[in-house]
Amino acid sequence: MKDTDIKRLLYTHLLCICSIILSIFIPSFFLENFSILETHLTWLCICSVSVTAVNLVLYLVVKPNASSKRSSLSFKVTRFVKCCVYFLMSCFTFHVIFVLYGAPLIELVLETFLFAVTLSTFTTVPCLCLLGPNIKAWLRVFSRNGVTSVWENSLQITTISSFVGAWLGAFPIPLDWERPWQKKVSVGRGGHILLNITWLMRGGLTIQTRAPGHDSPRCWRL
Amino acid sequence: MRLGSGTFAACCVVVEVLGVVLFLRGFFPAPVRSSSSSKHQAEPPAPEPSAGASSNWTKLPPPLFSKVVIVLIDALRDDFVFGSKGVKFMPYTTYLVEKGASHSFVAEAKPPTVTMPRIKALMTGSVPGFIDVVMNLNSPALLEDNVITQAKAAGKRIISYGDETWVKLFPKHFVEYDGTTSFFVSDYTEVDENVTRHLDKVLKRGDWDVLILHYLGLDHIGHVSGPSSPLIGRKLSEMDGVLMKIHTALLSEERETLLPSLLVLCGDHGMSETGGHGASSTEEVSTPLLLVSSAFERKPGDIRYPKHVQQTDLAATLAIGLGLPIPKNSVGHLLFPAIEGKPMREQLRFLHLNTVQLTKLLQENVPSFEKEPGFEQFKISERLHGNWIRLYLEENNSEVLFNLGTKVRRQYLDALKTLSLSLSRQVAQYDVYSMVVGTVVVLEVLTLLLLSIPQALSSKAELEVPLLSPVFSLLFYLTFLVLSAVHVIVCTSTESSCYLCSLSWLTAGGVMVLVSALLCAVVSALTKVLVRGKLLSKNAAHSNSRWSELDLLILLGTLGHVLSLGASSFIEEEHQTWYFLVSTLCLALCHDIYRNYLPGDDCEPQRCLHVEGGFDGATPALQDKNTSSAVLELNRGCKSPSSLGTLRGYEKWMVLASPWVILTCCRLLRSLNQTGVQWAHRPDLGHWLTSSDHKAALSVLAALSLAVIFALIQRRCSPASKVAMALGLLGVYCYRAAIGNVLFPWQQDNKDISKGILEARFVYVFVLGILFTGTKDLLKSQVVAAGFTVKTVGLWELYSGFVLLAALLLRPHNLPVLVLSLLIQTLMAKFVWKPLRHDVAEVTVMHYWFGQAFFYFQGNSNNIATVDISAGFVGLDTYVEIPAIFLTAFATYTGPVLWASHLVSFLSSEASSSADGSTHSQ
Repeated sequence: MKDTDIKRLLYTHLLCICSIILSIFIPSFFLENFSILETHLTWLCICSVSVTAVNLVLYLVVKPNASSKRSSLSFKVTRFVKCCVYFLMSCFTFHVIFVLYGAPLIELVLETFLFAVTLSTFTTVPCLCLLGPNIKAWLRVFSRNGVTSVWENSLQITTISSFVGAWLGAFPIPLDWERPWQKKVSVGRGGHILLNITWLMRGGLTIQTRAPGHDSPRCWRL
Repeated sequence: MRLGSGTFAACCVVVEVLGVVLFLRGFFPAPVRSSSSSKHQAEPPAPEPSAGASSNWTKLPPPLFSKVVIVLIDALRDDFVFGSKGVKFMPYTTYLVEKGASHSFVAEAKPPTVTMPRIKALMTGSVPGFIDVVMNLNSPALLEDNVITQAKAAGKRIISYGDETWVKLFPKHFVEYDGTTSFFVSDYTEVDENVTRHLDKVLKRGDWDVLILHYLGLDHIGHVSGPSSPLIGRKLSEMDGVLMKIHTALLSEERETLLPSLLVLCGDHGMSETGGHGASSTEEVSTPLLLVSSAFERKPGDIRYPKHVQQTDLAATLAIGLGLPIPKNSVGHLLFPAIEGKPMREQLRFLHLNTVQLTKLLQENVPSFEKEPGFEQFKISERLHGNWIRLYLEENNSEVLFNLGTKVRRQYLDALKTLSLSLSRQVAQYDVYSMVVGTVVVLEVLTLLLLSIPQALSSKAELEVPLLSPVFSLLFYLTFLVLSAVHVIVCTSTESSCYLCSLSWLTAGGVMVLVSALLCAVVSALTKVLVRGKLLSKNAAHSNSRWSELDLLILLGTLGHVLSLGASSFIEEEHQTWYFLVSTLCLALCHDIYRNYLPGDDCEPQRCLHVEGGFDGATPALQDKNTSSAVLELNRGCKSPSSLGTLRGYEKWMVLASPWVILTCCRLLRSLNQTGVQWAHRPDLGHWLTSSDHKAALSVLAALSLAVIFALIQRRCSPASKVAMALGLLGVYCYRAAIGNVLFPWQQDNKDISKGILEARFVYVFVLGILFTGTKDLLKSQVVAAGFTVKTVGLWELYSGFVLLAALLLRPHNLPVLVLSLLIQTLMAKFVWKPLRHDVAEVTVMHYWFGQAFFYFQGNSNNIATVDISAGFVGLDTYVEIPAIFLTAFATYTGPVLWASHLVSFLSSEASSSADGSTHSQ
């Protein structure tokens, strides 16, 4: 049971990473002047949409927690609506937190909000898929020793590493971007540095937490 | 030797300060300057050297130019004039550079590339050191010998238009001036119009000798939109027009006078690719320097390429050009092309004057100046010069004379170059030996301190300092011998001046004894700890303590900050690091709170276990149980904080909301003052408030802030100091109204602005009163053992005294910083630290973080230019050194000082309440 779970987990994560990588290359066939650095906003949209789609599809196909007791249509609809509301709320909460962290209030609103959406897709969407709109379950998973299954364990690791990655992504901002090694990473335009790194973190191959996590930090102006 | 832990800590701090001072003395070498007093007594100029025959030329040579116009364009980079932009936008200047009667140079500015030090460098020829700022705290006026002062002493009439830095640097030097402020960076037309509007009149009038124009617009454009903005081109064309106007006016006037006039176009510093300046990149340090005069007429086909020179060279050239003595501290050398057209005798005379001045400077700053190659070259060329003069006076064979003269001239130029080089090297030289010794002392004390922490924090608060036994050990004497030998070797072999070597042998020996004694103490403390650690590891059962996320964040954040200081950008933008860390800390606290207060927490017992386990492991001396005073939190470790039940509804909500309130406060403060380098020019609330249009808003804000300060601070004061506090805060407002920062509601206008001496002293009385009561309470608690409450009250009084002083010294737009700092402290103490039972270490580190963040919230940065010197003059008639330095330091470090004093008072109050709790439970 556990082994099959771990195998499926590995495949889902590989799929997620693939979707991120594909979202870099595929759109350039359809859209003109598409590149991550120049049209980062478009890329972010595409990336978050594709990751959400992959997550949803996986949820529908794999069904990690087959514990739906009731499956009436109205229940499903309310569940779906609730999920959407939660997602939007998380987007707005993240936006508020970014502003509190120092993102400008009025300029670059779109950038900040898109970042909030991206971070939400990497954190909230998997949670919603796996646990449903159930705050108690969320709290259980994210408190110490509250994890019950491999899926929840992977969820915990990916979400936390997303946050940590986004947090770490802010560190290069104060750099001058004048040294050669910095120029290679530099995406700064007029001082508004929007750095996109897909931070791939692979969990250790221990039996307990064989969970390759991924996240995509995008830092915002401090 | 047994010592109380307080005494031990004090000793360590003293030695540490000594070490830091030693290090700084090595790191900031004393600037090269002439030791003769800055009074400009007329020193007779060096006579022309002559071998045997007496020269008839002992006076200063006459001026070369009748009029000098200096056009200083702020942030003019070299490629704006000599590059493609110059060709495109400055056609007239390009014509002058390529074909006109001019000499062009690329002058290299030394960092810091900021306007004021650069103007100083241009006018004194010296390189302003960092230590200068400390030494010249008393007045912004330039006291060093400089061209402007010399010109004024020689009776020249000087006019200055443009940046008001000139007026501040040279007060009462100008017969006419109009200072424009570089305050509103977004304005780049008005500042320059204000300069240009005077031009026509002044050029027509012609009753001046030196005209200084300082245009700020280009710098402002750079700050706002960078060097590639289209505005730059337009501004350059405007400047080109100004230059043409001045040049034609000068040319038309020249026909009436005998002497030609000189037009100098220069920039004070360059502009980086992002539009800022201050650092040392090539774009920031290269500035154009263009000398235009009909004396520099050239033959057709004479192509002159811009030569690379130092910015400091201009001072000597200007002095010679105006017939003035060269400023004493100038390290630059004469720009030779400027005097090339003169007769040989005059050329040699000028070069001689310059060399003599540089040699004098070298003699005063380098002890072994005779060994310097420049000095030898000077002696040779002076002898040759004397011979040449004798020949010149005797015979008139021009061919021989010319050839000989050329040789002497070459000698002089070489000597000048060598002298100038060795002098500027003197400025930029670290005293590595002193730095190493200082570092060693600091590190040794630090290790000793770290090793003795467990012992010092134990119940007896006493520790055994292993000092006597090592002093008689073999190791001590061996180290001492080796160090002395090293000292002798270093001091005899070193070429440059070294601070430690210039000390007397006794003092240096003392330092060596200190270093070796500390080393032995560290070694013996280390062995003790190791032995004890071995014993301990046998019975250490509880090593399963886990760190909470908050501990991890605090540790990693502090370490990360230290590591980030390795990159210069992170030092420039250190405030970003602190803001980021503080915000993260708030979120982490938030997480902590929600985990503890929302249903479904099952980690609370674990946390208790962790607290107890962690501390027992660290301090084995804690086994005896009556240790409530030294270690506050431990005994209360596991009282099972059934948190949800104990708190009332309102308090619970406050606890849940407080991290968010604190985050919001930090966000507000962050937009109050923009600091750092890269984004310092962005508009912020502070500038909006201080602009004269919004005086009413500032007044309301200041009054409101003072009221809130009173409300927050009075709750734990004694009645007497409550009254003193209220009166003091009222006095602060009166002081600000008196000096014209804010308005009284009933006096809208016709207020004459005074210095507010009376009001400020009124406040000082209350500050001293409150501090005195606080100290008295503290002493009482020490002597009579009156218990913790008296001590707590005393500490709080001291703290409120500091708050009042800060309210007086901070500029009115910074009062919200003080208010929000008090608010955050109150919220944290009441709703975060107490309910969540953070331990002493955590609380201390959080205080440190917030203190650092508030240092930057005030608008400070690691740039020395952001120090607000005006705080040193509050309530003082004239400059008095000690109070001024103290007040400035306090105003700069208000944030850290207030948080540190809050920490002390908070810990003491916690200790007292825990002591109360333990007596009750018994």
